[in-house]
Amino acid sequence: MGATDAGRCDADGVACMSAHELDARRMLCPMPVIKAQNEVKTLEKGDTLAVICTDPGALHDIPAWARINGHQVIETEQVDDELIITILVGE
Amino acid sequence: MAIKKHKAIALISGGLDSLLAVRVLQEQGIEVEGINFYTGFCVEGHTHAIRNKDKDKEKRNNALWSAEQLGIKLHIVDIIEEYKDVLLNPKHGYGQNINPCLDCKTFMVSKAVEWIHENRKDGFDFIITGEVMGQRPMSQRKEVMPIVAEESGADDLLLRPLCAKNLAPTKPEREGWVDRERLFGFSGRSRKPQMALAAEYGFEDYASPAGGCCFLTDKSYSDKLVDLWDSRGSREYELDDIMLLKVGRHIRPKPEFKLIVSRDAGEGQFLTGYRNQYTTIESVSHNGPLVLVDGKMEAADMPLAAAIVARYGQGREAEKVEIAITSPKAEPSNIWVQPMRVDAMPMEWHV
Repeated sequence: MGATDAGRCDADGVACMSAHELDARRMLCPMPVIKAQNEVKTLEKGDTLAVICTDPGALHDIPAWARINGHQVIETEQVDDELIITILVGE
Repeated sequence: MAIKKHKAIALISGGLDSLLAVRVLQEQGIEVEGINFYTGFCVEGHTHAIRNKDKDKEKRNNALWSAEQLGIKLHIVDIIEEYKDVLLNPKHGYGQNINPCLDCKTFMVSKAVEWIHENRKDGFDFIITGEVMGQRPMSQRKEVMPIVAEESGADDLLLRPLCAKNLAPTKPEREGWVDRERLFGFSGRSRKPQMALAAEYGFEDYASPAGGCCFLTDKSYSDKLVDLWDSRGSREYELDDIMLLKVGRHIRPKPEFKLIVSRDAGEGQFLTGYRNQYTTIESVSHNGPLVLVDGKMEAADMPLAAAIVARYGQGREAEKVEIAITSPKAEPSNIWVQPMRVDAMPMEWHV
């Protein structure tokens, strides 16, 4: 878990947003949601968090959690048995 | 002068009652957010994710689903570690199985109290639950409802909108934050009043009204947990232990170890994730289940364990089956065994 070097900046280069990753492999729901929730609390609006998980339940639960808490899932990718769900942090 | 809008935190289980309790207060203009506590024993999600037979069911977490229906935020709190003390040392004892329902409810309300204090800036005024008097034999009897309020530290800031009229007025009612007349006086085990209210509010697809949300109320699960404690001589447990109790057939041929036999490909896939922690046994010559060994299996026990594993594979009628035993700490070994006959396996081995 932690920031990657794939940060993004505004046009004026002031407000930098960072991309983060969370390893939730082998965790069963709702643990991936809880881990994502706790990680998002430490991030800023506009940051992204890519949650890597293996429980297909996360495909439903993480987007549901994001919707009700003001965040947005911007990408969902499946690589073999792993799911990568990327959240854009909202308010 | 603007009238202060009051705010409540609601314990959301994902069932119908908490869904209704929130909506009752929303109808009165109260702002509500939800909180859901994860003990590790919650039914939500896990078995849907693991077993093939449940693949057709929508894999949803009902607490999240409820929050979305209600348009409220939901905070999910991991209480796995703290909950151990509730389960192992319940002040008020257990229910029919090893469900410490009264202590559990009290603990969760106390955690909500704690959460309100930790999030003071968000201005929560009181706590609500979906409890209905007399609905559950242990934690929702009239005489114990004040105990939950008192021992949790919530006192008169704990409001139960569905049965409030059967209880003394709480502070939110006395202060006029909520209108007591527009709360309810449900009691007893019948679900009809709740179902009628759900229909009135337009809720249709709610979680099964009869369903509990805790594995500890399930006899089979409780038996497996007690067996685990007995075999170890200790009641300590980790999250992986309680997860594995939800998966597979559990067969204990000797006091020192048991076999966890996957029942379908979904469970096999799930158990595969434990290969680096547990010894595994599987058939090589025929298709068969992946089996985890929990406990201490001696080399002399391997033929017995292998014969049991062979009995659950497609080679059960074969004269001999080749079985691979793989330990995280030792070289894998293959042995040929005669599958155990179905009638040769004592019933008491099934946990």
